[in-house]
Amino acid sequence: MIEALGLTKRYERVTAVDRLTLKVGQGEILALLGPNGAGKTTTTRMLAGILRPDEGSAKVAGFDILTQTEYVRSVVGVLTEQHGLYNRMRCGEYLDFYGALYGIPAAERKQRADRLLRELDLDVDSDAWLAEFSKGMRQRLALVRALLHSPSVLLLDEPTSALDPESARTVRNMLRRLRDDGATILVCTHNLSEAEELANRIAIIRHGRLIAEGTAAELRARMLGPAVFELKLAEASDDLEGAMGKLVEVIDRRPDGIRFRAADPRSANPEILRRAIRRGMKVVELREVTPSLEAIYLQAVAEEEPAALEGALR
Amino acid sequence: MNAALPVFSFRFRLARLGALVRREVRDQFRDWRVVLPLAILILFFPVLMNYAARLVINYVNQYGGNVIAQAIFPFLLMIVGFFPTSVSLVIALESFVGEKERYSLEPLLATPLTDTELFLGKVLASVLTPLCAAALGITAYLAGMYFLAGWFPPLALLAEILVLTVAHAACMVSAAVVISAQTNSVRAANLLASFVIVPAALLMQGESIVMFYRMYDALWWIIAGVIILTVIFLRIGLRQFRREELLSREVEEIRFDRMGSFFWRSFTGGARNPAEWYRRAVGPALRRTLPAVPWTAVALGFGAVVGLLLADRFPFPTGLLQLRDYRQNFLDSLGTLGFFTPGGTLQIFYHNAQAIFLASLLGGISLGIMGLVIMMLPIGIIAYATAILAHSGFAPGLFLLGLVLPHGIVEIPAMVLAGAAILRCGNCLLAKPDGRSLGQLWLQAIADWITVLLGVVVPMLLVSAVLETWVTPLVASWVMGW
Repeated sequence: MIEALGLTKRYERVTAVDRLTLKVGQGEILALLGPNGAGKTTTTRMLAGILRPDEGSAKVAGFDILTQTEYVRSVVGVLTEQHGLYNRMRCGEYLDFYGALYGIPAAERKQRADRLLRELDLDVDSDAWLAEFSKGMRQRLALVRALLHSPSVLLLDEPTSALDPESARTVRNMLRRLRDDGATILVCTHNLSEAEELANRIAIIRHGRLIAEGTAAELRARMLGPAVFELKLAEASDDLEGAMGKLVEVIDRRPDGIRFRAADPRSANPEILRRAIRRGMKVVELREVTPSLEAIYLQAVAEEEPAALEGALR
Repeated sequence: MNAALPVFSFRFRLARLGALVRREVRDQFRDWRVVLPLAILILFFPVLMNYAARLVINYVNQYGGNVIAQAIFPFLLMIVGFFPTSVSLVIALESFVGEKERYSLEPLLATPLTDTELFLGKVLASVLTPLCAAALGITAYLAGMYFLAGWFPPLALLAEILVLTVAHAACMVSAAVVISAQTNSVRAANLLASFVIVPAALLMQGESIVMFYRMYDALWWIIAGVIILTVIFLRIGLRQFRREELLSREVEEIRFDRMGSFFWRSFTGGARNPAEWYRRAVGPALRRTLPAVPWTAVALGFGAVVGLLLADRFPFPTGLLQLRDYRQNFLDSLGTLGFFTPGGTLQIFYHNAQAIFLASLLGGISLGIMGLVIMMLPIGIIAYATAILAHSGFAPGLFLLGLVLPHGIVEIPAMVLAGAAILRCGNCLLAKPDGRSLGQLWLQAIADWITVLLGVVVPMLLVSAVLETWVTPLVASWVMGW
């Protein structure tokens, strides 16, 4: 479990993280989104017990990041943005070295490493030189390194950025499995569809400050207003807007259809259907248009009015 | 999911340290840039030195200069030990900066390893291989010399050279760590390495002279100096080798504009007039300097003790001390020397300011130590003179009361303050980290030094010069009845 309260980190004149408060529960994945330089890496470094915050506090797996950093580091698995493998080492040696640093008994290290390599579909010989690993293999090996000591908290920076779709799915499945086993996972990513697919909750930071947080649905409702629906007709009709009356807010019109926001779709949508059919219109479909996470993200980051992002919804 | 918490016992820490050292050493043996020079220095260099010794023996045998050969053999022994240890510098730079450059440091920093464990592991790994190579080279050279000339050094000399070899390696590695913390690329670190290589080469030349003159006892003093330097570098290295510092320093280039603006802010304190400057800059600078005052006072006291001891050891011939001559026309004589004139005042002020300038210069390149030594000199001289006068039957209290106290009451505190500010400039590098970068600490200390100097010390020296030229002679004349 991660509980951060007012975390602040300054570098000379720049405030990298500004009074950041967030919570990630046990068995939960939080996706941390934000533009480059938003403070994601600094946040994970503080939570990993690598950097000391200037202000604020945090508990990671019950350990204080200010006073119990050594314990924090022993229960956290970190995947850094740059994997930083040692090219002059063999795969087995590398994992054995990190296993030793985490105090895993010698006999257990190989077992764990082999199991994780298998689970991540990294079919390599333990004698293979790391210099010969492809980008994707390096990323998966770095993930094995982060998971080697069975951490209860995972801080992952772009865990699938260098992976092909199949490998990325393997990693995502593994993260889901770890979450279901009770791990607390914080994922920094620019891959918005992955964040939406994987995370229980999403936090967006900008200039080191938390600007939005919640489930994807909550963020949609909060940032983009009432749900958007689309009504499609078989043939063009001039009377469609008239049929809507003042029931809903129309945001886009086409000859054979219309998009609208409905504050109370349970009562508005049946009424709209009834009116359309009464006027002889042939309704093909009425469906909710789910705005993408990208629209939410852009809205949050751009700090613009929802109207400015109508384009993203169309 | 949650693994059982490891117990951070000493044994566990030692095991972690061992894992780190093993990895580093293995990495060195897989790097041809390390292996090749070391192999040459172990396999060929001792043989080359044996050959050189053989040539020396043949040459001196023609002229009967066996003494030269006896001086050359230990010198070559030292060289055989020194060359492999110089590789430790390359290894340390690669280990500390290379890790940063290849981004492999952060995963390491994310492990439970403490900063000190990481630092010690890397230092140990950096010295271990070159020291083993040096030991092998020395063994090969000694074996060759034994079979070639039946020569084996006295055990005391051998011990001395072995300790010196270890001290060289440790000093170079500790200096390399300090360099490594200042840069993010191996290329920049190699450029900065000249700050280690040049002094090391000069030291080597000095040691060579000592060896040629067979002043083997003096070598122990050099060893002591190198060890002290190593401890200082290790302290600085430990202070800088903190994950916070290592990951925060992401800007490589030196920003003179930022440095200048930081310095100016520290120096002026944002004041708009002199009164405000004293309140906002001089006061705080003095407060920051005060902790170094007791140390300076102790150093000056030590200078006085040395002066007193030297007076016992090198007494001034009593016959040469003709106090009667000074008693007659005392004030007139001082008048001819420029006392009682503004020119004399300026001359004394200029002399004192020069001494402080020199002390600052030397203090700047010696962590403040040489600055304090310069400050100790006048105190030592006063103590020496007081003791000499006492030996000649003159009341030392009267001498101090008449000739030192009237201006010394201002001049000595000014010296103590100046010494404290110089000391702080040097030892700010050794201070505990407080969130500021090393550069900021150093700039702050320099700004404080200039502030204290201009705001307090210079005015005090001016007052003291006035007192020394106008008041001291009168008081001396009155107290001593001259």
